[in-house]
Amino acid sequence: MLGRLKQRYGSGIREASTYLGQNYMVVEASIISQALQILRDEHDFDYCVDITAVHYPQREKQFDLLWILYSFARNERIRVKTMIADGESVPSSDPIWPTANWLEREVFDMFGIRFDGHPDLKRILLPEDWKGHPLRKDYGIIQQDEEWVKVNLGIESGQ
Amino acid sequence: MSNGTKTEDTKMRAHGAGKDAGSYISHLELGEKDQTFLDSDELIINMGPQHPATHGVLRVILKLDGEKVLGTECVIGYLHRGVEKIAEHRTYTMFNPYVDRMDYVAAVSNGLGYCEAVEKLLNIEAPPRAKYIRVILTELNRLASHQLWLGTHALDIGAITPLFYLFRDREEILKIFERYCGARLTTHAFRIGGCQYETYDGFEQDVIKFLDFGLPKIDEYEELLTTNRIWVERTKGVGKISAQDCIALGVTGPVLRASGVKWDLRKAQPYAAYPEFEFEIPIGQNGDTYDRYLVRMQEMRQSFRIIRQAVSKIPEGPIMAKVPKVMKPPVGEIYHSIEAPKGELGYFIVSDGSTQPYRVRVRPPSFVNLQALDLMVRGQLVADVIAVIGTLDIVLGEVDR
Repeated sequence: MLGRLKQRYGSGIREASTYLGQNYMVVEASIISQALQILRDEHDFDYCVDITAVHYPQREKQFDLLWILYSFARNERIRVKTMIADGESVPSSDPIWPTANWLEREVFDMFGIRFDGHPDLKRILLPEDWKGHPLRKDYGIIQQDEEWVKVNLGIESGQ
Repeated sequence: MSNGTKTEDTKMRAHGAGKDAGSYISHLELGEKDQTFLDSDELIINMGPQHPATHGVLRVILKLDGEKVLGTECVIGYLHRGVEKIAEHRTYTMFNPYVDRMDYVAAVSNGLGYCEAVEKLLNIEAPPRAKYIRVILTELNRLASHQLWLGTHALDIGAITPLFYLFRDREEILKIFERYCGARLTTHAFRIGGCQYETYDGFEQDVIKFLDFGLPKIDEYEELLTTNRIWVERTKGVGKISAQDCIALGVTGPVLRASGVKWDLRKAQPYAAYPEFEFEIPIGQNGDTYDRYLVRMQEMRQSFRIIRQAVSKIPEGPIMAKVPKVMKPPVGEIYHSIEAPKGELGYFIVSDGSTQPYRVRVRPPSFVNLQALDLMVRGQLVADVIAVIGTLDIVLGEVDR
């Protein structure tokens, strides 16, 4: 499987390996959409388990964006990872797996990563007009949108 | 938007508790006026967040044509506590009790998933005795979760009686938890590397006593509901979802199995001591609310079967693996998931080699399953929305985290 992907994309597949018995691969952001599409169509990864991100503020490409996929036919998982810079966006995988809709909204809500072509990209867990993205590393654990709290809850602090 | 809906719009703004209702409605502007069945204005109403049938604080915006649902939109996040953020500021051990507070009716399952994920990251394994205790408690918790589900789900649909029976019987499970670890709901029963507590004297007898008491009770619940005409009419054909849609939407657990997919992580990717027990994966055919009910009833019987096997051959030995006092997993990432009562509960943990996780992502089954609500209720009646929310078996603590 990896061989075929590598053949088609060459250096687009940066790394493919196994850690603690779990397969993962690192893909260039420019081909992520095609790679995911191929994984679903040709390699039976029909179930998108999760989409999430990890923030590394000291890196130039600050975000790891991850798709955890599962194939019912082969009972196998794979993690697909790509790295993007702050402000960069990736194509939405909603057309590939409809479950991506809410998962991507959560990534947007928590990290501020935008997904192009998402049908309804808005915050999901936090209020719509909240400022800041809490799972970024530069967002403090007791930090909050003080103005929002004052206006909407009528209290000085939610802490 | 007509005048009628505009009034609703303003009303919703008032009830929106800070969330801007306006943009939510725009998403629901679907049909033309001439498409409505009754030739009347479409109505947009708010269900929740304070509504007894939403099992917590879930707000569903319904777009209605008379009694018919044209579309829904879930507004969630009212219980958001930032569990994933907290994890980054706690050590691996300190974060353990927090996971119990996500799906608080199945706290033991949450703990099992987290502990096993960290164990994988540390490359250690719990001893056999601990694994057996884990299976017994997790399956007891699955029973408790399903019992709570059945009681409240039946209550939502209008059957009050089962609730009392189910709470009475669930109490026996909670008593076992209490005797084991002192807590009834947020148990924090497991530690990374095994279990902190050895079973108390008489644990096995207590569990067997419960098994003898509880198994015939399932027949009693079924007697109340399975052929009950009102129950059947309210659930058969309601909230149908095909296996294909389930997979596309990432729906797991009993909902997926009721649509005919024989997939259970306990069998597909076994963990704890599950490979050592015999049990079946019950499946349904129609993917409707009635089938989901039948699947969960069968699942409860299978849980009894697993617990009976586990109690009868629980091995002797230590209950904790050799775990360092200060846990510093090597740099790396792990994804581990278990079959929680609601579906696939996964933990994705990134370690940077320090004592605190760099990132913990929880893949919550309730959150993903709730996304299917819209598909399941479109074209159905308002009353069915209640039935479908019940049958999805969501816990808002886990949806919002």
